[in-house]
Amino acid sequence: MGKKDSIPVLEVEKLTVSYETELGVYQAVRDISFSIKSHESFGLVGESGSGKSTVALAIVRYLASNGRVTGGNVRFHGTDIYSLPMNKLRSFWGSKIGMVYQNPQAALNPTITIGRQLAEMGKTHLGMSDREARQKACEILGMVAMPDPESVIERYPYQLSGGMLQRCVIAMALITRPELLIMDEPTTGLDVTTQAVILDLIADLKKKFDSAILYITHNLAVVANICNRIGVLYAGNLMEQGTTQQVVSGSKHPYTFKLLDCVPRFEHGRKKQLLSVIPGSIPRLDEIPRGCVFAPRCSLAERTCRAVRPPLIEIEQNHYTSCRLWERVHELEAEKPEAIADGALEDIPFLKVTGVKKYYPARVKGGGIFGRRKKYIKSVDGVTLWVNKGRTLGIVGESGSGKTTLARVISGLAGATSGNIELDGEQLGKTVQERKQEQLRNIQMVFQNPETSLNPYHTIAETVGRPIMLMGKSNKKEIQDRVIRLLNAVKLSSHYYNRLPGELSGGEKQRVAIARAFASTPGLVILDEPLSSLDVSVQGSLLNLLIELQLQSATSYIFISHDLAVVQHISDWVVVMYLGHIVEWGDAVKVLKPPFHPYTEALLSAIPVIDNKGVRMRIRLEGSVPSAVDIPPGCRFNTRCPRKQGNICETEEPPWQEGEGGHWIRCHIPMDKLNKLQQPIADKI
Amino acid sequence: MLRFTLRRLGFVLLTFLIASLLIFSLTEILPGDVATMVLGRFATPSALQNLRAKLGLDRPVYIQYISWLTNFIIGKWGDSISTQAEVFGLVMHRLKNSGMLALVGCLIYIPTGIFLGIVAAFRKNKWLDQTISMTSLAFIGLPEFVTGVILIAIFAIKLRIFPASSAIDPDARFIEILPQLVLPGITIALTNLAYVIRMTRSSTVEVLQTEYVRSAYLKGLRPGYVLRKHVLRNALLPTVTIIAISIAYLIGGLIITESLFSYPGVGRLLLFAISHRDLPLIQATSMLIVLIFSVSNFFADIIYAYLDPRIRYK
Repeated sequence: MGKKDSIPVLEVEKLTVSYETELGVYQAVRDISFSIKSHESFGLVGESGSGKSTVALAIVRYLASNGRVTGGNVRFHGTDIYSLPMNKLRSFWGSKIGMVYQNPQAALNPTITIGRQLAEMGKTHLGMSDREARQKACEILGMVAMPDPESVIERYPYQLSGGMLQRCVIAMALITRPELLIMDEPTTGLDVTTQAVILDLIADLKKKFDSAILYITHNLAVVANICNRIGVLYAGNLMEQGTTQQVVSGSKHPYTFKLLDCVPRFEHGRKKQLLSVIPGSIPRLDEIPRGCVFAPRCSLAERTCRAVRPPLIEIEQNHYTSCRLWERVHELEAEKPEAIADGALEDIPFLKVTGVKKYYPARVKGGGIFGRRKKYIKSVDGVTLWVNKGRTLGIVGESGSGKTTLARVISGLAGATSGNIELDGEQLGKTVQERKQEQLRNIQMVFQNPETSLNPYHTIAETVGRPIMLMGKSNKKEIQDRVIRLLNAVKLSSHYYNRLPGELSGGEKQRVAIARAFASTPGLVILDEPLSSLDVSVQGSLLNLLIELQLQSATSYIFISHDLAVVQHISDWVVVMYLGHIVEWGDAVKVLKPPFHPYTEALLSAIPVIDNKGVRMRIRLEGSVPSAVDIPPGCRFNTRCPRKQGNICETEEPPWQEGEGGHWIRCHIPMDKLNKLQQPIADKI
Repeated sequence: MLRFTLRRLGFVLLTFLIASLLIFSLTEILPGDVATMVLGRFATPSALQNLRAKLGLDRPVYIQYISWLTNFIIGKWGDSISTQAEVFGLVMHRLKNSGMLALVGCLIYIPTGIFLGIVAAFRKNKWLDQTISMTSLAFIGLPEFVTGVILIAIFAIKLRIFPASSAIDPDARFIEILPQLVLPGITIALTNLAYVIRMTRSSTVEVLQTEYVRSAYLKGLRPGYVLRKHVLRNALLPTVTIIAISIAYLIGGLIITESLFSYPGVGRLLLFAISHRDLPLIQATSMLIVLIFSVSNFFADIIYAYLDPRIRYK
């Protein structure tokens, strides 16, 4: 035991990985060193392009064919991974080194049952027979709290939800009790509520298994809750390394410091405040700065920083930073952006949605070839809401709550089944075809993924100029001027005018999408998860941009997101949706303070928080949103509600209860009782 | 799975019905009617009238269609106009011959195509892959009468390994005529071989890049096992469809190849029927070809569903 503890399970020493591309050889990861002992969990944090996945693949010696380790080494229990013959390495894979991947849907073979895929591990590494391996698979699925393992092993991956699949992948990695477990963004594609459940599971498994864990993610809050130690990666360099406490509460690197600072948090509380941001963007592989890789974006940077790349130095026990000026990092505290004046706006309703429903016909199993019963997917099932002029309405909910469908109905991309939509006092047609040109101009959308919402063959000028042209301007010069003004408004220089989307980063593309939405001077912009595909450091600057644009133009927003912190930061009013219904709505500050609807409470509780002060309320929702075809009777949330009262919840639809200052909750539990139940826990958020 | 099979079977029937309508309408479109064809252009009107009544051509069109279709289904395909022989027996005999030739072709191109496709995918962008891909592209471009002639020139005339003509004794057994089937077999195989190679290569390349194959390797499974259990099953899905479609090409190829090698198969029979305006024979052979085509597509769907559970449960 003693010997095993003293030698780290994994040692990465001065690791440098290069990729050979058509344009030359680039180093994706430079000079990285860290080690992990058994029982320890090390979090490697980085934004996209930081090289974190390259590190993971280099550790298991499975780099893409154009990638090569050009310096340093990786040792597993003292053995150099790169000196092993292939068959020896293969006996490490799976049995001693386990992996869990970002996307469980992609990591499991779609044509083989879960049971077989799990059994392969036992058969290959533990010399088990078919039956033993199956039994083992069931057993391990039980350990990851999988309901009904016996039936799950008979299923195919597409028959399970994302959270269930991730459990299967984790179970698969654990069958052999590996000494090293590498988890590459294991919760990134999942809903917040599912993420919380999986994170709990990982924390629980950490106690049962003595594996060393390498946890790779972009989310600092997640590692802060899971890991003992953290390494922060930026543009292929390790910027800071230390215990979770040291890095999160006493960061001594400007990048880490700013990264922690640019995330919207609940304690910011006040509305219409700009976030602290990191200017610029992550350097591309072919333009890595000569000196400190972060220098171009660092406000502390001096000439030496730009000229010489600083080494990683130990500043206190186990705490390393690669910043020469680490003693001055606290000065960044003063860089808080000032609060901006929120002009007094009269509350005039601009968009009114009344009793809107959107049903899709469902194909139902059972019934003969011909005699199929008619059933409907009730995506949006009677929603009433309004948005005031120049204000933001935030809509939150898990996937399957109907928020995107509602956005599509309001924009006319999908025709409502019934209900009424009014914009600026005028009745709107159901679909885009039935609406007038002027009404179309007035509602614009920004979609989640700018990679697919911009035509890759249209220049930025064409993309932004087209709506201007369609709205009746034909003078070329006039259009050009307006495009450039719009680009400036979204903080893109006019250099971008003739570029194609492929030449832009994700954040820049989303800026173009926002410029396009504003091109027709709309009264309402619907933003559907506009920040979800972007890096944390980019999210903050886009949030700021949206707030500034709103103040200048008095445009109303509908802001859809699963991220409650972001929603409360930008919104004046918040609507919480569950299974096609609104369950709570009101002033943003009110909705996110008790009393809340039990569903809102669970959503809030699921968010991982960085500075974890003492005990947090721990409410976990099992499973995912039920199918919108068979909606539970009574309160729609009753099947998952942690505060279910009993029979009444299953039989009667809950009434709307009004709280103070425009705050409504749809629940059987009286407001003051909810308040009493939730207040003591909420204090600890 | 049963429901899926039944639905697919429904589609086969529908295809067959639509095709039968088209084929039947040939009698309406072609100049002159069957009676004129049988008796010749100089027949007396009364003789024509008699024959029409005898053949039922004076009945309404839809009744003619229904009786024609029911007769076809029960195997009463009528007599050939040019040879006076019974169509059913004639076609069935030729079908057996074509079947043997097609079988030889399939046995050549399906395994070779899949094998070469997988090899090319594993050697992606290396010289072996490029050689395989370029050669297969060349074969797609070359029609059967070119490849066939080249094969005859090399193997029959120059090397004298296989006979150039494949005229066979009607009662010969498969084994006896096998040497005569090799050259035409290769000829019809070549074009299809190229399609199978290309499809297998591209789908294998795609599957090799998926995360589940990566995760299978990183589970420590042996490469041969990963290939068999994880790669092939997914990579062969599109190939199955291509093979089924290739059966259709095969029929087209048969017509040319059979005449080139003077092989007595369905293809040459169809050619003969068309050149002699032998309507019952044309109808029967066309219907048969449609049947083969839709049945092979049906089996492709079933195999696809068997391999991919997502299709099965839709």
